[in-house]
Amino acid sequence: MTAILSIKDLRKSYADGFEALKGVSLDIREGEILALLGPNGAGKTTLISTICGITTPTSGTVTVGGHDIQSEYRAARSMIGLVPQEIALEPFEKVWNTVRFSRGLFGHRMDNAKIEQILRKLSLWDKRKNAIKELSGGMKRRVLIAKALAHEPRILFLDEPTAGVDVELRKDMWEIVEELKQSGVTIILTTHYIEEAEAIADRVGVINKGELLLVQDKDRLMAQMGQKQIEVMLTKPVTAIPKSLSQHNLELGEGGESLVYTYDTQAERTGITKLLNDVAEAGLVLRDVRTRQSSLEEIFVTLVSGDAT
Amino acid sequence: MNWTAIAAIYRFEMARFFRTLAQSFLSPVLSTSLYFVVFGTAIGSRIQEIEGVSYGAFIVPGLIMLSVVMLSISNASFGIYFPKFLGTIYELLSAPINFFEIVIGYVGAAATKALFVGLVILGTATFFVDIRIEHPFAMAAFLILSCLSFSLLGFIVGIWASNFEQMSLIPQLVVTPLIFLGGTFYSVSMLLPVWQTITLFNPVVYLISGFRWSFYGLADVPIALSLLAIAGFTGICLAVIWWIFKTGWRIRS
Repeated sequence: MTAILSIKDLRKSYADGFEALKGVSLDIREGEILALLGPNGAGKTTLISTICGITTPTSGTVTVGGHDIQSEYRAARSMIGLVPQEIALEPFEKVWNTVRFSRGLFGHRMDNAKIEQILRKLSLWDKRKNAIKELSGGMKRRVLIAKALAHEPRILFLDEPTAGVDVELRKDMWEIVEELKQSGVTIILTTHYIEEAEAIADRVGVINKGELLLVQDKDRLMAQMGQKQIEVMLTKPVTAIPKSLSQHNLELGEGGESLVYTYDTQAERTGITKLLNDVAEAGLVLRDVRTRQSSLEEIFVTLVSGDAT
Repeated sequence: MNWTAIAAIYRFEMARFFRTLAQSFLSPVLSTSLYFVVFGTAIGSRIQEIEGVSYGAFIVPGLIMLSVVMLSISNASFGIYFPKFLGTIYELLSAPINFFEIVIGYVGAAATKALFVGLVILGTATFFVDIRIEHPFAMAAFLILSCLSFSLLGFIVGIWASNFEQMSLIPQLVVTPLIFLGGTFYSVSMLLPVWQTITLFNPVVYLISGFRWSFYGLADVPIALSLLAIAGFTGICLAVIWWIFKTGWRIRS
């Protein structure tokens, strides 16, 4: 697949010396969904803002469909739609008018049929005459997407599209993203939810402290990130792991009060059932069971320290 | 030039104006009527005529300029500040348009609104006093240039301001005193000689004088100087906007 967006050694430094981007290089393939994972302040929004023209890069190049974002900004920006992280809309404006404005702003002539199509796709058609302030938070996010799609972009940036939204709305948003992909739009979304990347992305990039740590196919990364632990709390502490449980590769918890089992969530068999049976057969009585998944921050630490492959 | 984008900005800004058309229309009518009642009646009864023009008619050009200048600044500053305040400016910055096109859209809309109000005031004034316009083309040129130049200033204020307080700082603390002391309600020749000299440092004097000349042929300063002043002021505003465009000051990080 050809790269529709190509970023080479992109750097962004501010006057106070802070380096928000430290030489990011990335090729994004046409038609894919790329999720950029990273904690707050990692540089995700700066990266998107720089590509979209909101922030001026210190050095490096970005081309969109072969057009440089600085010297050929008109052609480059015409191909891009941006959905910002914050809900930024004029409260008194009507849905129809604000989407129509976005289309015009990107130099496209008015096309009522096109705007109707976009509003219907995003379930906003019935709300077209409503003022933005009358809409729910979820509907406002849809309006932001409609505005970004109004000029029929080939690349859509979604900056934290599900930050602060409830589970149902999040799934709605994932469906919208999938539909957009089906219509041929390349999508780059930022998130700090691993589940989000897992649910919709083709590839995942991990960014931290302005550096792109890795970009991998989602399946491969998820296998790597999918480590989970189960901690079996015992009613009576043990001094050592019973021999009959040696095959489970357990670790002894603090004070011998628990057994810690690490497993792969992506594996066909996690081995939990057998472990619990074996624990019971070994004569150990359970007091509680806790599960724990590696946080993104822990995964970052692993990546930075070079332990990950 | 991306004329479609300019038209989109212009239409969007004008839509805001038309949403509050009654307010936009009634407010200047009411305030002009009040000026006539208060200034025209109270002061006009003491000052019958200034160089052959009734006092009521004499203050009309100044009253128009007062509203036009204030509205141009507030319309344009609000127009660009509001997207900054709401965060919707991201859309302007990521669109395939340059800063100059953004300026044309916002300043064009702000100037149109101010021009509309100026004409409403002129129309209202005809109900109170007899007005004659000796140089209609010059009057139109002065009016349009004033709308444009002070809209440019308003745009700069809107870019500069980082809160609503700052938005009103320049119009209230700088422009309003300059207008009131710029010969809106009196002729410079009525002042003591020392104040006449000091007044000439007020740029608004040139604007109001030129505009009044287009009505009645009366001017406190030579008309060429008035034209030069308004052209110079427009040039300065354009230069500042060009600098903002080059540096991305207060817009692009």
